[in-house]
Amino acid sequence: MSQKLLRMSGIAKRFAGVHALKGVNFELESGEVHALLGENGAGKSTLMKILAGIYPVDEGEIFIEESKAAIHSVKDAQALGISIIHQEISLVPHLSIAENIFLGKEPVTKTGWIDWKKMNEEAQKSLQRFGLDLSPAMPVKKLTVAQQQMIEIIKAVSFRAKIIVMDEPTSSLTEKEVEFLFQTIGHLKEQGVGIVYISHRMNELFAITDRITVLRDGILIGTVKTKETTTDQLISMMVGRELTQYYIKDTVPESGGECVLSVHNLSKKGVLNGVSFELKKGEILGFAGLVGAGRSELMKCIFGLDSFDQGEIRIGGNPVIIRNPNDAIKHGIAYVTENRKEEGLFLIRSVQYNITIKLLDKFIKWFRVNAQFENRKTRQYIQELSIKTPNPEQEVRNLSGGNQQKVLISRWLATNPRVLILDEPTRGVDVGAKAEIYAIMNRLVKEGVSIIMISSELPEVINMSDRIAVMYKGGIRTMLSRAEFSQETIMHYATGG
Amino acid sequence: MAMIYGIKSFIRANIGILAGLVVLCVVIAVLNPNFLTTNNLMNVLRQTSTNLYLALAMTMVIILGGIDLSVGSVMAVSGVVTAMLIALFGAPLVIAVAAGLLVGTLFGALNGYVAATTIIPPFIITLATLNIGRGAAYVLTDGQPVRVMSDAFNFIGSGYIGGILPTPVLYSIIFVILCYLIMNKTKTGRYIYAVGGNPEAARFSGINIKRVKFFAYTFSGFMAGFAGIVLASRMFSGQPTAGVAAELDAIAAVVLGGTSMTGGYGRIGGTVIGALIIGVLSNGLNLIGVSSFWQYIVKGVVILIAVYADVIKRKTA
Repeated sequence: MSQKLLRMSGIAKRFAGVHALKGVNFELESGEVHALLGENGAGKSTLMKILAGIYPVDEGEIFIEESKAAIHSVKDAQALGISIIHQEISLVPHLSIAENIFLGKEPVTKTGWIDWKKMNEEAQKSLQRFGLDLSPAMPVKKLTVAQQQMIEIIKAVSFRAKIIVMDEPTSSLTEKEVEFLFQTIGHLKEQGVGIVYISHRMNELFAITDRITVLRDGILIGTVKTKETTTDQLISMMVGRELTQYYIKDTVPESGGECVLSVHNLSKKGVLNGVSFELKKGEILGFAGLVGAGRSELMKCIFGLDSFDQGEIRIGGNPVIIRNPNDAIKHGIAYVTENRKEEGLFLIRSVQYNITIKLLDKFIKWFRVNAQFENRKTRQYIQELSIKTPNPEQEVRNLSGGNQQKVLISRWLATNPRVLILDEPTRGVDVGAKAEIYAIMNRLVKEGVSIIMISSELPEVINMSDRIAVMYKGGIRTMLSRAEFSQETIMHYATGG
Repeated sequence: MAMIYGIKSFIRANIGILAGLVVLCVVIAVLNPNFLTTNNLMNVLRQTSTNLYLALAMTMVIILGGIDLSVGSVMAVSGVVTAMLIALFGAPLVIAVAAGLLVGTLFGALNGYVAATTIIPPFIITLATLNIGRGAAYVLTDGQPVRVMSDAFNFIGSGYIGGILPTPVLYSIIFVILCYLIMNKTKTGRYIYAVGGNPEAARFSGINIKRVKFFAYTFSGFMAGFAGIVLASRMFSGQPTAGVAAELDAIAAVVLGGTSMTGGYGRIGGTVIGALIIGVLSNGLNLIGVSSFWQYIVKGVVILIAVYADVIKRKTA
C-alpha cells in the first residue's frame, strides 16, 4: 500500500429531491482492497456509478492519483482506468473469450482487418497469467459463472484498469470458485491495482479486505481498518443501532411431533438419487450443501415444477401425486424461489398485485372484484411483514431487495401453507431485513407452520435450523441434529466426507 | 366518485397520446371545418371500428408477450364463409354469422394451441396461419368476391341505431367495455399481465400459462371473425382480399396506445386512443385532400414520433 490512487471528496447526489449521497469521502490506495458496506439504499452503488461516469456528480471532487478528474461519461472513466464488474455478467455469450476481452478495441492489421492471430495470442497470455487453462476461441456461454467472471476481470485489466469495482462478485459462486476469485484479487493487488469490494458477506470482508467504509442513508459513517474491527461493530455502524438479537429462534418443535411432509426415495436421473427425509410440525429443517448438490432441484420436484423418475411424497402420512405447483399448493406447500427477480416477482406490477396473485379466487368472481378484501389483505401483509413501500400501488421493482423478498414471502403466506420452502431467503438482502425475515420465520413456526430452508450461508443455517440435511451430489449425505451443528461438520459432509 | 376517479386516472395514464389526438383534431378542423360535423365524427368512429376490434384483442395478445399476425386473413375467411352460406346455400343469417364467428374462433384456437404447447415463436405460428387463412379464403371463393343481397345482413355493418349511432360503433362500445372488464376485473386479465411480465414467475406461482395463452389467441381469432363479418356486410360481399395488412394497423394502434411490445405492460384505454389516432388521421388527410399514397408516409412518421415520445416519457418518469 503506497500511493493514493483515488480520492473522492464531499460527493453529493440528489435524485428528484431525495438526497442519495451527502458529502461522502472515499479513498483507495494502490494495491488495496477497500470494502464498501451498507444496507441496500445506503448509497454504495450510487457512489460507484458516479465513479464510473454513469451518473453525473452534483457536488464534490474526484482525484485520480492526486490530479483532479472530470468524469462525464463511462468512456471518461474507462480512459482514467476505472472499471466496474457488475453483479450481472455483461459478456456476449455467443462470442469467444478473445472476442469478449477485446470487444470494442480489436487489434487490426495494416489493411484494417481484425488481427485474429494477435487477438488470440494476447488473450491466451492473459488467460495464462490468471491461471485459466482455457482456449481463447471458446464461446463464453460454455464457461461457468465463475469463469465468466474471471473473463470480466481480465477484460477490465486489459483496459489497463487501475481501479476495479466489484459489486457482489461472489453472489453466484461456489465456495471453491470464491477461493479462486480471491487468488485473482491477490494477483491484482500485487500489480498495484486498487479494488473496491462491495459485499454483504462479512466473512469475505474479513478474508480479503484491508479497509472497510460504511455508508448509511447516503452519509459516510466511517472508515475502519479490517484488522481492527469486528462483525458486531460493522453491523451496528450499518444499521445505526445495536442488533441485540440477530438470529431469532426461541422455539423448539415438540419431540415426536407429527410428521407433516415426508419424502421417500426420491430419484431423478443425474440429479437426485434416493432422497428421503421427514419434516415435523413447527420445525425449521435446514438444507446445506454446495451449489449443484441438488437442493433446489429437490424442492422443485416436491413443488411440482419438475418431474421425477421414482419415489413418493407423503403429506400427513398419505401418499400424494403432485404434477404441478397448483397440486402442491392444494396440499399446503409453498415455495419461495431463490431467484426472486427472475422466477418470483412481477417487477413492473404493484406490491398489491404481487401479494394477491395467489388469492384471486377469494375476491374475484367473474367480473366482480371485491376491492375492499384485496386492499385489506394487502395492508395486512404490508403491516405484518413491515414491508417498506410508499403505497400498495408502488411497482415492486422500486423496492429494496429485502422488501421485494418480503413481498414474495407474503404472496405465499397468503396461501396459508403448512409447509413453507424458503430457498436462500436472505440472498442479496441487507442486514436489517435479514433479521426481520428471521423474525417472520420464528413467528411462523410458533403458529405451527413447518419450514424448509435452503441456505448457503452457514451461520444462517446453523442458527435458524432445528435439524440440517447436508446434501452432496444429489443425495442427503447426513442429517445433523442441533448438538452436532458446526461450520466444519457441515463443510465436511457437503464436500463428500 | 369512482367514475370520476376512473376518468382522471385514464387521462393521467394516457396524457401524451391524448394530447396528440387533440392536437391532430384541432389541426384538421382548422384546415377543414367539415371535420367537426356530427356526421363526419360518426364516420371516423365507424371507420375506426374494424381496426379497434382487432386492436383490442391484439392488446391482450401483446401484453401476454405474443403477437397475432393472422387477424387480417382470418377476417377474410370469416367474411367469405358467412357470405357464402347466405348467398350460395341460403342459410339463415344467424347460422351464417355463427359459422363465420366459429371459423375465426377456430383459427384463434389453433394459434393458441400451438403457442401454448410448443416453443414455436408466436410470430412464426401466426405468420403461418396468416398464409393458411388467406389461401383458404382464395380457395373457397376461387378468388372471386361473393356478393350478398340481404338487407338483414347489410344492417349488421351499415345500420344505424336510433338513426344516428352506426352499428359498428355500438359494437365498439360493447367490446371496449368487455375488454376493459376482462383486463381489469377478472383473474384471466391479471394472469395475462403476469405471463407477459414474467413467464417464469407465472410458472413458479402455479398460473396455468397454457390456458391463458389459449384464451388470448382464441379471443383474438373470434374478434377477427367478427371484424370480418362486419366488413363483409359493409361491402355487400365476402371478399378474399379483405383485411390485407389489417394486422399492421391493429399493431400500430396497440403500440400507439403505449403497450409494450415486450409484454407485461399496456392498457385497453390506450389502444382505444391509438385506434382513434389512426382513424382520425386517415379521415382527416382525406378531408384535406392528401393523396392515399402520401397517407402511408404520414402514418409511418406519426407512429415513429408517437412511440419515440412515449419511450422518452417513460424514461424520464
